[in-house]
Amino acid sequence: MSIVDKGKEAAQGIAQSVMKKAVELAPGALLPGGRPDPLIRRQHGHIGKPVSRVDGPLKVRGAAPFAAEIALDGMVYAALAYSTIAKGRIVTLDTGAAEAAPGVVLVMTHHNAPRLNPPPRFLSGDKAAAGDDSPVMQDDRVRWNGEPFALVLAETQEQADHARSLIRVTYAEEPAATSLPTADGCEVGTFMGEPLRAVVGDADAALAAAPHKVEAVFATPGHNHNALELHGATLVWRGDELFVHDATQAVAHTAWSMAQIFGLEEAQVHVSSPFVGGGFGAKGLWQHQILAAAAARLAGRPVRIALSREGVYRIVGGRSPTEQRVALGADADGRLTAIIHRGVTPKTRHSPMPEPFILPTQSAYAARTFALEVQTCYLDMVANTFMRAPGEAVGTVALECAMDELAEQLGMDPIELRILNEPEKDPLSGRPFSSRNIVAAYRAGAQRFGWDRRNPVPRSRREGEWLVGMGCATATYPYHRMPGGAARITLDAAGHARIDVAAHEMGMGTATTHTQVAADRLGLPLDAVTVRYGDSSLPGVILAGGSQQTASVGLSVMMAHQELVGELLKLAGNDSPLAGLGADEVECADAGLRKLDEPGRFESYASILARSGRSELVVEGSAPMPLETMHWSMHSHGAMFCEVRVNAITGETRVSRFLGSFDCGRILNPKTAASQFRGGIIMGLGLALMEETQFDGRNGRIMNRNLSDYHLPVHLDVPEIEVIWTDIPDPHAPMGARGIGEIGITGTGAAVANAIHNATGRRVREFPITLDKLL
Amino acid sequence: MGITVNGTDVELPDDPRVSLLDLLRETLHLSGTKKGCDQGACGACTVLVDGQRILSCLALAVQYEGRSVTTIEGIGADGALHPLQQAFIEHDGFQCGYCTPGQICSAIGMIEELRRGVPSHVTGDLHATSIPYSRDELRERMSGNLCRCGAHNGIIDAIAETYRANAHPEAAE
Repeated sequence: MSIVDKGKEAAQGIAQSVMKKAVELAPGALLPGGRPDPLIRRQHGHIGKPVSRVDGPLKVRGAAPFAAEIALDGMVYAALAYSTIAKGRIVTLDTGAAEAAPGVVLVMTHHNAPRLNPPPRFLSGDKAAAGDDSPVMQDDRVRWNGEPFALVLAETQEQADHARSLIRVTYAEEPAATSLPTADGCEVGTFMGEPLRAVVGDADAALAAAPHKVEAVFATPGHNHNALELHGATLVWRGDELFVHDATQAVAHTAWSMAQIFGLEEAQVHVSSPFVGGGFGAKGLWQHQILAAAAARLAGRPVRIALSREGVYRIVGGRSPTEQRVALGADADGRLTAIIHRGVTPKTRHSPMPEPFILPTQSAYAARTFALEVQTCYLDMVANTFMRAPGEAVGTVALECAMDELAEQLGMDPIELRILNEPEKDPLSGRPFSSRNIVAAYRAGAQRFGWDRRNPVPRSRREGEWLVGMGCATATYPYHRMPGGAARITLDAAGHARIDVAAHEMGMGTATTHTQVAADRLGLPLDAVTVRYGDSSLPGVILAGGSQQTASVGLSVMMAHQELVGELLKLAGNDSPLAGLGADEVECADAGLRKLDEPGRFESYASILARSGRSELVVEGSAPMPLETMHWSMHSHGAMFCEVRVNAITGETRVSRFLGSFDCGRILNPKTAASQFRGGIIMGLGLALMEETQFDGRNGRIMNRNLSDYHLPVHLDVPEIEVIWTDIPDPHAPMGARGIGEIGITGTGAAVANAIHNATGRRVREFPITLDKLL
Repeated sequence: MGITVNGTDVELPDDPRVSLLDLLRETLHLSGTKKGCDQGACGACTVLVDGQRILSCLALAVQYEGRSVTTIEGIGADGALHPLQQAFIEHDGFQCGYCTPGQICSAIGMIEELRRGVPSHVTGDLHATSIPYSRDELRERMSGNLCRCGAHNGIIDAIAETYRANAHPEAAE
């Protein structure tokens, strides 16, 4: 980071802290979420129904179009060549044989690539999208092992792949920082402009004085998202306008960022991404879209770029490894007197943020003293990036295993220890919680799971070769809502509403859920609502990330709906049964407006539009700044329960039962929500038992860059996973709903590890817990 | 002679390097068959060849001359969904939908293997003439089809429900 950037970040930090104080002190009723969303009161609508996915028939027929499946006339195929050193210069680059190979249209290297501006790094601006701000094929530098240095375009993929294999390159290698001992400097990491550091009191002294204490070091490896859909794009220039069929979690961000890179107006870039084959944080703007667009411009042809699985590992970042030290001090009753959570994680100088593993510890438990810190060390490697629940996924591993160890030392039930230390307000910020029912989640989960059958003495239950144990852990993920939300409602004369919003569908059930919400908001049946999304031409800057999309879309539609009601009342005029009524006196029901306390005063949308001679009514609304997150401490919560069977002879761990008990506000669609929860939990099982990006610290190269050597949970690894929830609406969140996409992966790793300890008596603190560590 | 794909004869590619998967996706525009790794590790490209499930990414198209290939576009009759496709929707056996065609084709091929009595890693009695349609048998036999969204429970539920009628009563869970 340059000094200028640092100064900018510091200034932003000061401005933010002044703003935050003002918002904390402001009366809650004036803020977004200050008055509960009226939909929370409605209990008999479409919200809460297990509606099957509206795009289900498309998906099960394989008819949902993904980015690398759009066919364009005259399209050519791209192949990338990746560097094999971590740092240095390209000395010779022989592309002659590749250029002469059959079908080749273009070989692009730094010699002939168009001049491009550096990609705007995510979080560096409102619409910055890039996971890496390194220059893209602009010079002879090599910045990481796997950086693309040449791109081939050919008439077929086979021709492009073959020609790529004919390129010869030599390097002048330079010493590279590819392991923590050789890191190019370390400093306190920052996240969203704030340092990842918190100190309350003297935690080290409190720990030393505590009658009960645990202290341990936990290591988590790098992880890769491994969405099943490979990153890819099909794109074409038409004049000076660029049309990108992309696989992205950020259509609006990508359009703006591509415009910056190519020196265009934002409106000259069109990004479409209606279906994304899994994202988990990885489907952002990386070099492949930029290189493909550059090559398409040089060649004057549409281009399809579909990365190989290795290609994804080479240029798309993953989660960084962490080494975390957690120390907990408690008094004789088990009340925490010290929480220390410090550690180190590598990062590149070109990526947006370090793995912020202390985040869950900031609001988990009450304690008199805290010392939290993330040290970031800079390496020359492929950019690290956010992966499902950045921070919480691996931070809860350390914190929640340590809590289990403390409970054991105290002779307490680990659930009771957690409940004893439940904070009344946010322990660090002091803000009130918007809604926190984690105790209820624990009680319900414990009863359902049969927690009372757990023997607290480790290694006390054996069935043949199998040692059986149970463990639990807390899950947590913050409620986020990012600035920029907007949506448009088009109501037609037949009473059909179309919602237009630049949101994304990568499996969350976006169109389905927002059809339900909008139908309730507008008083319409489901089949009278269509949700159009996944295109940068639609309103809103809405990231499918941070579990925030539902809140952002929901509030945007709510704002548009307020506009709509105002416009309808104006159009209704004096000849309507609604004459003279204000927006706060009416509600939407039965495809029209009616007076809240006098249902007889009603006029249908169709009638209002017909009388006013309108064929349709178009309104747009923008979500206010997310000040609610500065006034209340807002988090989704969960209690995870796991039963494992560990083979006493082979060390093999089998998860036999798992239950997630969630408190995430109102659940909008129990069918799709259960899938989100289960999906997170299953990724958490992978984190616990098998997932590891193997990074060669000698040369900075990822070794297991395929789905054979990077192990994901497969069907036989996944037991039936039960999910339950409190369904208590959050009065300060749109629809009463907090995020559900990421929380499932949090707490899961610790629940598995704690169950393994209960089964075997072994504490494994180096993840994943593979069988060799249990022998 | 060419290849029959979903009942239609198609020409073999000129380039012998073309995989069956790329023939389907790039030449025939049957993009329901997915590419998740191109290395035989994920199962997203599973299709049926003469009723048997194969990984089309590991198959060269020219090797399939004279064979009959069924892709997800050929499952179900006259535009109606196959019962298994309907069950996937009911049980939410997918999220992003990318692995889904491979899961469905794989399950259809897998059930035939089960009917023929082909044992798996979890089959207790290798001499048994009939194999139970237990969840573990289904799970083991579907383990070559990865799903990163974590729809495993719904997938197994959908398969179990669709083929419950085929299960032996004593084996049903």
